[in-house]
Amino acid sequence: MINLLLFPIIIPFLFAIVLLFFKERIVLQRVLAAVGLIAALAASLFLVYTVKQDGVQTITLGSWPAPFGISMVSDMFSALLVTTTIIITLLVVIYSYTSTGEAREHYFYYSAILFMVTGVNGAFTTGDIFNMFVFFEVLLIASYVLIVLGGEKRQLRESIKYILINVVSSALFVITVAYLYSVVGTLNMADISVKIAEIGQPGIITVIAVLMLIVFGIKGSIFPLYFWLPGSYAAPPIPVLALFGALLTKVGVYAIMRTYTLFFVHQTDFTHGLLMVLSILTIIAGCIGALAYFDLKQIVIYNIVIAVGVILFGAAQMNESGLSGAVFYLLHDMLIKGALFFLIGMIIYVTGTSDLRKMGGLMKTHPSLGWFYLIAAFGLAGIPPLSGFIGKLLIVEGAFQADHIWGSIVVLASSLVVLLSVIRIFIYAFWGEPQALPSVERKPYRGMMVPTVVLVVLSVLYGVGTEWLLPYMTDASNVLLQPSIYIDAVLKE
Amino acid sequence: MELLMAILIGVLFTAAVYLILSRSLLKVILGTGLLSHGAHLLILTMGGLGGSAPPVLDKEATNFADPLPQALILTAIVISFGVTAFMLVLAYRTYGEHKTDNMNLMRGNDEHD
Repeated sequence: MINLLLFPIIIPFLFAIVLLFFKERIVLQRVLAAVGLIAALAASLFLVYTVKQDGVQTITLGSWPAPFGISMVSDMFSALLVTTTIIITLLVVIYSYTSTGEAREHYFYYSAILFMVTGVNGAFTTGDIFNMFVFFEVLLIASYVLIVLGGEKRQLRESIKYILINVVSSALFVITVAYLYSVVGTLNMADISVKIAEIGQPGIITVIAVLMLIVFGIKGSIFPLYFWLPGSYAAPPIPVLALFGALLTKVGVYAIMRTYTLFFVHQTDFTHGLLMVLSILTIIAGCIGALAYFDLKQIVIYNIVIAVGVILFGAAQMNESGLSGAVFYLLHDMLIKGALFFLIGMIIYVTGTSDLRKMGGLMKTHPSLGWFYLIAAFGLAGIPPLSGFIGKLLIVEGAFQADHIWGSIVVLASSLVVLLSVIRIFIYAFWGEPQALPSVERKPYRGMMVPTVVLVVLSVLYGVGTEWLLPYMTDASNVLLQPSIYIDAVLKE
Repeated sequence: MELLMAILIGVLFTAAVYLILSRSLLKVILGTGLLSHGAHLLILTMGGLGGSAPPVLDKEATNFADPLPQALILTAIVISFGVTAFMLVLAYRTYGEHKTDNMNLMRGNDEHD
């Protein structure tokens, strides 16, 4: 079963192609999309089990020995990310049944989602820096389709900006890879790490490190490169927003974490110092945005920016607590952001507006929605025993070990701002005088409730089951902490 | 030769940045085309120009051309071709909906400000 790690990439890809042939048959599309993702989920869970038992899984395509062929590498970090990606996408697909609208479903909506999952999983799994660029493009082109699908005036306008930003950042990615190739003469990520260790990271490698931070920072929305995110993400419908918010920025974050723990580990004073300063500025900028708006979507979108800052702050510590905290927080954030976007999607559906000032008193009419929102909000802020707590605790612990006291204080203070921003939604939308609600059908509401409840429960279990998950997380952070595990697995004889 | 290529790539990037910063949507798209051309030439230059023999396994030849940058460029060209085609269609649709191709008039944020 050496091909096992390819299944989470291949299966969605295969189903996406099959779906292209059934454009008009919406029910069949829905069923096939879900079946494909369930199959991929089974494969990825088995992959996590295999990685836990046997260590890092690798395959070199075409049987060219590494570093000449393209390697695919699945360590615990990427296997966990792949699994979480598929879980969230499956729930997004189920959420879409009642909330996307048939007009969009007719135009290859599910195909685009599955192509995007192919790209995301590929980017998480690949062990070749140029292949990562290719998978980035796969997921980006699918995301272009998803963001513009529907063709509303606002979507078209924001899509242009989104695509332009990503085209420029892709060109920068190619340029960075070219520089890196000219210095180390290889594209295999494990081999690059070995070669950089041999030449001892001269100045040019530090330049490349900063270029990579810019490239992945645009995708991952770090300060000051997050400017495009709030406008573009607010344009598409809620299921697409949930998919983008939970997955796309995390691919950028993953790429930063991978390159900064595997390649650029010899001059950490500068590179990781820069990463830490930028992550703290990201947190502050996100906090300002999260408090500034009365628009539901904008508040949660700015919370993505804050979370990216927190994860990268943990990764910048380069010690065991910081990195395992970052892994914990990364997975937590994917689950909880998906859940929050689902929930605000339902609030927008029942109130017919995304402006907080026009809402009120939903607790009387939709109590279950209110309670689940409250659980998700507390989980996001990291109140124990919910899922955000352990990640943040480990990140702060790592920062204290590395003597970055001020940064940890910013991270802790940001938790309060996060709590305030999401509780503000709760107070405005659920408390106060009930407003006149537009009459909406109950059936789509129930259809949206099911995946939302599943995702909130999963995030609670993720928090409560921390002890049980710990060995997996330790495996994931060990690979980040000791690049030799990764390198030996790829370049084995 | 490398110096000449470096200057050429610089000129391409300059023109691309100028075009991307212009107001007209069509010029912006042309700018992204030039940007990717510059990036592709950069890969070729970074892989090292020269190498007299073709990259075929041969016991006599010692000075091979590096085949890898060419494979990378081919991949990148295909991708940028697809994205440019998509952008052109998108720009046409946007022009149809908004009745303008002026980026200055498309900054709007009608929901909240």
